Amino acid sequence: MTEAYVYDTVRTPRGKGKRDGKLHEITPIQLGTQVLQAIRDRTGIDTHDVDDVIFGCVAPVGEQGSDIARVAVLNADYAETTAGVQINRFCASGLEAVNMAAAKVISGEALFAIGGGVESMSRVPMGADGGAWAMDPAVAYKTYFAPQGIGADLIATKYGFSRNDVDAYAMESQQRAARAWAEGRFNGSVVGVRDVIGEIVLAHDEHMRPQTDMQSLGSLAPAFEAMGEQMPGFDAIALMRYPEIEKINHVHHGGNSSGIVDGASAVLVGNREIGEKYGLKPRARIRAMASIGSEPTIMLTGPEFVAAKVLQRAGMTRDDIDLFELNEAFASVVLRYMQAMNISHDRINVNGGAIAMGHPLGATGGMILGTVLDELERTGKGTALINLCVGAGMGTATIIERI
Amino acid sequence: MTDTAIRSDLDADGILTLTIDVPGQSMNVITPEVQRDLAAAIARLKAEPDIKGAVLTSGKASGFMAGADLKGMGALFGSGAALPEGKSKMAALFDGVFQLNRLLRDLETCGKPVAAAVNGLALGGGLEFILACHYRVVADNPRITLGLPEVMVGLFPGAGGTQRLPRLMGVQPALMYLLQGKNMSPQEALGFGVVQAVVPADDVLATAKAWVKANPTKGVQPWDEKNFKFPGGVGMFNPGFVQTFIAGTAMTAKTTNHNMNAPIAILSAVYEGAQLPMDTAIRVESKYFAKVVADPQAGNMIRSLFVSKQAAEKGARRPKDVTPMPPRKIGMLGAGLMGAGVAMVSAQAGIDVVLLDRSQADAEKGKQYTADRLAKKRTDPAKMAAILDRIHPTTDYADLAGCDLIIEAVFEARDIKADVTGKTEAVVGADTIFGSNTSTLPITGLAEAWSKPENFIGIHFFSPVEKMPLVEIIVGKKTGPQAIAKALDYVAAIRKTPIVVNDSRGFYTSRCFGTYVQEGLTLLGEGANPALIENVGKQMGMPVGPLAVNDEVGLDLSYKVGKQTRADLGEAYKPGPADGVIEKMNELGRFGRKNAKGFYVYPDAPAKKYIWPELVATVAGGLAVEQPSADAVKERLLYRQLVETARCFAEGVLETPEDGDLGAIFGWGFAPFTGGPFSHMDTIGIGNVVATLDRLAQAHGERFAPPQLLRDMAAAGETFYGRARLKAAA
Repeated sequence: MTEAYVYDTVRTPRGKGKRDGKLHEITPIQLGTQVLQAIRDRTGIDTHDVDDVIFGCVAPVGEQGSDIARVAVLNADYAETTAGVQINRFCASGLEAVNMAAAKVISGEALFAIGGGVESMSRVPMGADGGAWAMDPAVAYKTYFAPQGIGADLIATKYGFSRNDVDAYAMESQQRAARAWAEGRFNGSVVGVRDVIGEIVLAHDEHMRPQTDMQSLGSLAPAFEAMGEQMPGFDAIALMRYPEIEKINHVHHGGNSSGIVDGASAVLVGNREIGEKYGLKPRARIRAMASIGSEPTIMLTGPEFVAAKVLQRAGMTRDDIDLFELNEAFASVVLRYMQAMNISHDRINVNGGAIAMGHPLGATGGMILGTVLDELERTGKGTALINLCVGAGMGTATIIERI
Repeated sequence: MTDTAIRSDLDADGILTLTIDVPGQSMNVITPEVQRDLAAAIARLKAEPDIKGAVLTSGKASGFMAGADLKGMGALFGSGAALPEGKSKMAALFDGVFQLNRLLRDLETCGKPVAAAVNGLALGGGLEFILACHYRVVADNPRITLGLPEVMVGLFPGAGGTQRLPRLMGVQPALMYLLQGKNMSPQEALGFGVVQAVVPADDVLATAKAWVKANPTKGVQPWDEKNFKFPGGVGMFNPGFVQTFIAGTAMTAKTTNHNMNAPIAILSAVYEGAQLPMDTAIRVESKYFAKVVADPQAGNMIRSLFVSKQAAEKGARRPKDVTPMPPRKIGMLGAGLMGAGVAMVSAQAGIDVVLLDRSQADAEKGKQYTADRLAKKRTDPAKMAAILDRIHPTTDYADLAGCDLIIEAVFEARDIKADVTGKTEAVVGADTIFGSNTSTLPITGLAEAWSKPENFIGIHFFSPVEKMPLVEIIVGKKTGPQAIAKALDYVAAIRKTPIVVNDSRGFYTSRCFGTYVQEGLTLLGEGANPALIENVGKQMGMPVGPLAVNDEVGLDLSYKVGKQTRADLGEAYKPGPADGVIEKMNELGRFGRKNAKGFYVYPDAPAKKYIWPELVATVAGGLAVEQPSADAVKERLLYRQLVETARCFAEGVLETPEDGDLGAIFGWGFAPFTGGPFSHMDTIGIGNVVATLDRLAQAHGERFAPPQLLRDMAAAGETFYGRARLKAAA
């Protein structure tokens, strides 16, 4: 069977997803364009050999609408024969795009394919695309819809994580991200974003707060308490699914949840021969991929289940994995994963994650795959399992193995 | 035609006045004749060029129209009527319910202006009639109510109400009225743009006619205009619209616990319909309406919450041949919480009350209860003075002279009750009707203290009396028809809902409600997660969890009642795990809310109560390793109540399923959406009920064993209400 190899990974730094964020003036199509150009220019490939570009994007409307992947291909001056497709698996879109690119390579459909994603959350806000799940009364009612913050707090309650636990995790994420930046651990993948006149407007992740301590985190009010307990009262709906819980303990806030940011990522995947054509050394092999569905009201418990599935598909066990990377959507999601998988904190998210650096929804999967591959190379380790929790109760995972 | 429901009068200006006046009804309701006559009027409006427009009004002084004839709608619900060739049941049902919807659409698209002249209340279908008019003028009387209360009986407005109201007032405010069944006054309706004018009653018709005359081309609804702007906006990219439905759905899920069909159907009808043109929108509305009426729930709710309730209040259980004897002056023995409440509701109903207690201070305190409650409600001072003036606190039995009804609510001990009963009889004589408010002691025994036991009856109130809608009338072995009639006349006077039951330990309501609490305690004693027990109790439609309600009643009281029951029953008493739980809690001095520690811990406000963290370890040695599923807990809490109500029926404590359903819903808050335990068992199917009870009895004990009556009914394919109908017909 044809194998799929990772040849290059790039990401933009993540800009604060607000009006005063450095990337707010950069259109989403530019973010997508610049990572595609970086991949091409860093590897020197002829883009006629790139059969498809798959971009995750979670709010594909307005500036991000109408198949932003194909338009980014055109705007990046790729060969016009390169196709492009936008996909949406919510928070795992970027990783799903890489998995699809790999599948295309493995099946022989593509020589090179690029997976990644783009999300300008400052310009196209979360939820801008609507959708039946939350908004169609019959559907929301039938599926016991509650926003993901309620699910995150429910995880903390059900699995016994206190406010102190989630805050401590958040502080560690900030410290790890700060150390990684200080030591230049991200340099291999981060490409600065340029403005209209070609100047770099952002070269570092903008969302980080390395001075964060337990005291400053402790002063933040829980973000989901009002919508849970008062208006409109989502806790009651969650408890219909989890009647064994007396009361949801609302522990999450802006400081221990993933940041709202702008950014883009791209991962070049190809078969062995096409890499050889350009003298590219494969950095890693895609060893296995998986997605699953899980209970949608608690929503964010998918990672443990998809991890079990992807390990089984790879014929591996937890102990065969050197590093775990799980998107820090909320602190409780990672804490529950560590608890369920029985893995210690020094094997997971070793360079911090989205709590410190932010989570540009559609782009994150491609970003964290690059981050952990860089880390494998830096430390001489071999295998990594990349994983994200997903809206509406899903999980997506990929196992990579250095060559 | 003798059955004309809408009279037509054409005046010199070419205005056709359509006067709805349904024969044989005190209030207009939508009958087949109304629909027939309206269809004919619409045809005339369209066909005759001399007619310039129409005014729709009512010929009844009682109001404009009250909507669908709920009693007449019975045929729609779960009907076994033959289906037209090639139609599914749902399609046939849709055709039926869409008729009125299409008729009102025909009215608003007839091409000529139609004004509604509204002289009184317009509710449900009545309001939907006027919403289909182009102009609405209402009499300026704040007591006129306009609204769509269908949701209260498990239905929803199915004649365009879910489409026109949002198009007039905006989705969010309309949903408030649709989902809560709230009424609006004419002035409120004017503010919302639901009506166009509010004028003095005498000018209503003239104003409507004048508008038709002045607006010959205004026979078009705003939503049929090209440039129609939906108030507040509409659609998936309108943030207000989206937020309204996200929040509205969550609140509906929360308040209904997913137990009711109508509210979520209303939300869907509004959500989908608001994004459609009117002709399609009303079809979608009728499809959701058909789905709701196809389910037995609406029929069950209408029967119990509307038909049976009204019948009970109008004296369905009153002996017919006894002349009415509304009470004028009652003697209230005991001025504690219950006595004070009874005094209050009686005085409010214009009845004089002699409020007697052992000390004058206690009697005065009982009267003060009324003063405090009325002051809290900001009652008009003159009215309040008149009410208080009717209550005469005293310690002197001689003051009871002249009372035509005695109600006793003294301490629950036979000797004390016998003592006050005897002292009372010495003053008023044994021909006076004596009602005991005991909640535990059998009436037949207490009646021995009254020389004429035929005049002795149980009148069981619920606490707090001024808030609880039910009164349980208990007929002792020797109680006669005079006493029943008197008690029911009294209940009618204080505007509460009566049920009539026969004597038994705990009568009907206390006995059956007790099983809910007991089963909760049993589960706890088995080591079930208390949060699970409590949440499932609430989610199945009970007002509070079994542990919380026991905390309210007092665990010390449960202990005492349990000991008394054990003593009374002797060998017949079967102890269960619940006894151990109550005993342990009492040993630890945890009495419930009264001492801020029971199954729950009660911290100082504003902190909320929470389950005592040591509870399950203390009473059950820790959580059971294998926890029951939520469904298993629900089944036990529900069927334990069902089997007890069935036993009450089998033993003759209950004589009608209506009493059983009303008593359950209004007495102990049994899931109202079921229509009550008897409606619920009929809906589940008696055979299924028996099978479940047999399985539960096998697993959990004899307390679930079905009575022989249920087996016989299952074998004969009978239902409770089916039997009742047969009996009534015989």
